[in-house]
Amino acid sequence: MALVPARLDGALLGTVALGGAIGSLGRWAVGLALPHIPGTVPWATLLVNVTGAFAMGMLVAFLVDRPGVHRLARPFIGVGVLGGWTTFSALAVETVQLGETHHVQEALAYVTGTFLLGTLAVAGGTTLGRRVWPGP
Amino acid sequence: MTAVHALLVALGAAVGAPARMLVGQWARDRAGLPTPAGTLAVNVAGSLALGAVVGSGVDGGWLALVGTGFCGAFTTFSSLALEVWDAMAEGRRVESAGTVGLSLVLGLGAAALGYLVAG
Repeated sequence: MALVPARLDGALLGTVALGGAIGSLGRWAVGLALPHIPGTVPWATLLVNVTGAFAMGMLVAFLVDRPGVHRLARPFIGVGVLGGWTTFSALAVETVQLGETHHVQEALAYVTGTFLLGTLAVAGGTTLGRRVWPGP
Repeated sequence: MTAVHALLVALGAAVGAPARMLVGQWARDRAGLPTPAGTLAVNVAGSLALGAVVGSGVDGGWLALVGTGFCGAFTTFSSLALEVWDAMAEGRRVESAGTVGLSLVLGLGAAALGYLVAG
């Protein structure tokens, strides 16, 4: 399912900017609540990425066969809020830092765990979403 | 300081998120690439940038604006996980494994490069 519409306009860019700011503020707050202890798995990033993947699965399940949804709803939540809430750059840099400080086991567990749990979370979110919103 | 940092995070993200959408749309509709290629492009570029930001040792407001805000919102994991799962669920095993493999090799490689060059 395409989250990015074919045509871009000011309202769409503004909506995604707002959603991205909201999602990113949430990610930042989680980072303040769960500060990263060097040499250990960065739980804050793992948490936002897995929950964001779960929410993305639910969103996709909700949007299937719902042409009546406002045209900005999907980009606002999918591209903006969830794109801002989750991040790949922190995952990459934190993994590199764990490797650089010889915490290879933690680096492998972190990166493998994120991809494994993230993929399962999309599947789980989609399954739950289909039960909650069985469709028209 | 916390309120200022929050504002900087929001500002960086308000640029990063629409920039990600522009790259994704350009890759798909202009360059004719599949959706995962656009996600890969932003994730690799954003990892290079964040590696350089963290490697250079900046903190405080600059880290909030460029790192947490811009790079954090320019890159995404939710779309990546969705693309991996979609390909897996539809039996496109090579595509799903390739998306994970390329994200890891190029993303971590870019982060390491940025980190080392700026550090």
